[in-house]
Amino acid sequence: MPLEIGAPAPAFTLPDTDGAPTPLTNGDGAAATVVVFTCNHCPYALAWHDRLQAVARDYAPRGVRTLQINPNDAERYPRDAPEAMKARADAGEFAGPYLHDDTQEVARAWGAAVTPDVYVLDAAGHVAYHGAPDADHGDESLDARWLREALDEVLAGRRVSEPETRPVGCSIKWRA
Amino acid sequence: MGPVPDVELLYWEGCPSCDEALADLRAALRELGHAELPIAVNEIVSDEQAAERGFIGSPTVRVDGVDPIAPPPGEPTGLTCRVYRRRDGRYSPTPDPADLREGLARLLARSTQEA
Repeated sequence: MPLEIGAPAPAFTLPDTDGAPTPLTNGDGAAATVVVFTCNHCPYALAWHDRLQAVARDYAPRGVRTLQINPNDAERYPRDAPEAMKARADAGEFAGPYLHDDTQEVARAWGAAVTPDVYVLDAAGHVAYHGAPDADHGDESLDARWLREALDEVLAGRRVSEPETRPVGCSIKWRA
Repeated sequence: MGPVPDVELLYWEGCPSCDEALADLRAALRELGHAELPIAVNEIVSDEQAAERGFIGSPTVRVDGVDPIAPPPGEPTGLTCRVYRRRDGRYSPTPDPADLREGLARLLARSTQEA
């Protein structure tokens, strides 16, 4: 089950593509935090990828931190291996840390189901939005509107008008 | 009348694009004048079966066992979603309808000639 709106998000520390431990702890100073469960080979994740990076870049100056997490089983799906993640990160494809959830414990704790699966946390680390970036992976003009609207409302100190949408994407590749 | 081409849609249960792919396939066949052709919708259920059938991801269309959207050589098989590129370069979970139509037309013509 996904985290409920208003629930405190579980803290975690995961390695980025250089192996540096990257923590998420509640109330650690970010005005808002975007957490995206994503991966290297899902067509939905790839279709929405540039829109999500644009959000990360556009909102970073307003104190929004974006953490992207790959939870897929890299043994059965080598395209999601740490080396492949690092290659993409080194090529500048990510506007923020790209983290590896090797044990899949974080994805399970957060109730992530597909890639991409998007969460927005408020400054206190409570879930303010969960769902898809926007209504259509195939329509770039939508520009991750649902995510942007959620961030705008969180940054304005308001409750998110549409806090839940249906995440759409490939199922997370769980270990057997 | 010769043998009927064997049109198949292969999918994996974790793929959310199967319905869209089936609708696109039906539309393409209709546009090509082959609305009457049956489509076998077959699930790939294991890594072993994926390897056996050369299944590189869901959804995959086959005509007489041949993929109308030729994948790059060396694509790994497995239970996963398939990444397509639209003609404008965008990533997509389903083939560009124009590519699908062209590929189907080529394979259906070949199938008819061979019959």
